[in-house]
Amino acid sequence: MIKVIVDMNLCQSHGECVYAAPGVFELGDDDVLRWQEEVDESRREELEEAVNVCPMMAIRLEG
Amino acid sequence: MRLVVVGASLAGLRAAQAARAAGHDGELVVVGEERHLPYTRPPLSKELLQGAHEADGCAFPCDDLDVAWRLGEAATGLDPAAREVALAGGERLPFDALVIATGCRARPWTGPGAELDGVHTIRHLDDAIALRAALTTRPAPRLAIVGAGFIGCEVAASVRGLGVDVTLIDVAPLPMPALGPLLGEHCARMHREHGVDLRLGAGIAALRGDGRVEAVELEDGTRVDADVVVVALGAIPNTEWLAGSGLTLDPGVACDAHLAAVGTTGVYAAGDVASWPHPLAGGARIRVEHWTNAAEQGTIAGRHAVAGEDGERAPHVAVPSFWSDQYDAKIQAIGLPRLARHVEVVEAAPEGDRFVAVGERDGRVVAALAVNGARRLPWYRRRVADGVTLDALRAELADDPKAFGPPAAREVVG
Repeated sequence: MIKVIVDMNLCQSHGECVYAAPGVFELGDDDVLRWQEEVDESRREELEEAVNVCPMMAIRLEG
Repeated sequence: MRLVVVGASLAGLRAAQAARAAGHDGELVVVGEERHLPYTRPPLSKELLQGAHEADGCAFPCDDLDVAWRLGEAATGLDPAAREVALAGGERLPFDALVIATGCRARPWTGPGAELDGVHTIRHLDDAIALRAALTTRPAPRLAIVGAGFIGCEVAASVRGLGVDVTLIDVAPLPMPALGPLLGEHCARMHREHGVDLRLGAGIAALRGDGRVEAVELEDGTRVDADVVVVALGAIPNTEWLAGSGLTLDPGVACDAHLAAVGTTGVYAAGDVASWPHPLAGGARIRVEHWTNAAEQGTIAGRHAVAGEDGERAPHVAVPSFWSDQYDAKIQAIGLPRLARHVEVVEAAPEGDRFVAVGERDGRVVAALAVNGARRLPWYRRRVADGVTLDALRAELADDPKAFGPPAAREVVG
């Protein structure tokens, strides 16, 4: 499993990660980001894309 | 194998990272004209001006890449046959594969008064630091901004909170002309509500002053007094160094769908400087000067550059995505708004300023524009990538419980 860490002090709800890895990241009705903290290895490429396109550099992966 | 990346901003950095991620363990040289390691530019017109971020908060993490950085050195020429990049110091840097990511620079004011002190542009970190210093070292400065596009509007919004007196001037009838009249009206209202003196449909005749700028003179003879002037007239791709290289410049570096420079082998381009055929534009080449595109293209160009001609390659077809933060509004767009023939609001919250508009051309949705509608945009981006028609989109929205609601209260603007 891959651990997904988001620094919510940085996140500004751009939604790029929601597009890159749908289902893992989601913006709630309040536009606040929610995400799965443990994600299957099969989605690594999408997660890496989410890290790449986050304008706030708020996303980090472990494992 | 030696990969050379010319340009040390977002696209160049992502190219270097993608090359390493793809297993490139050979030499990796990144040439950058600025003396800084790669940093992110969006805060330059926002948090950095406001004082909410310091300069080091803009740095990209990039110390685990094993890159030979050549910073403070401009590339001055390319010989694709000899496979060499010429540097300003006279050195010739050989490459096996090359990624061109030299970006754009701020378009300067070239009319009368261009040489005066107190006239700024914003593109580089040092520019933003200098502008903040100019606005914070004198009490109640008067700022005139020439150009009400993304940068001009963001600077206006950012410095109003510092107590700066702002006049925002554009020859266009509305601000943010790239996003069309509907968003333009919204932006104009926002800036006026925040006390910006908006002068629209106003051409600039000259910057006036004696050594130091004192005023902007408009074409109708009006004088706008100013202690500081920001010139925000858009950007010009940095391709002069490629003159004589044989590359096709249009004016960006003309590429194929895989971001390979047309007519070359092993030469790729990415970011603001790259022009490539996009399905949304009917296969015509477009250039996109936005953050996300630079990140996406850098990754693809870096991957392709090290994969070689026979390696696995994928066309860059992502629907562009970009944003602007002004006051408490997050303005976001996807697609190509400039292609739209008609723009209309398709969902709006009954209370507050949250809505999504779409741009349509020949029945298809080519863009979506949102104000404070972040959670809705990824869905629109997927639907636009699928080639959705406006009729189909309207029908889907009618049944979508996640949509803000019907746009009844808002006018349709052509």
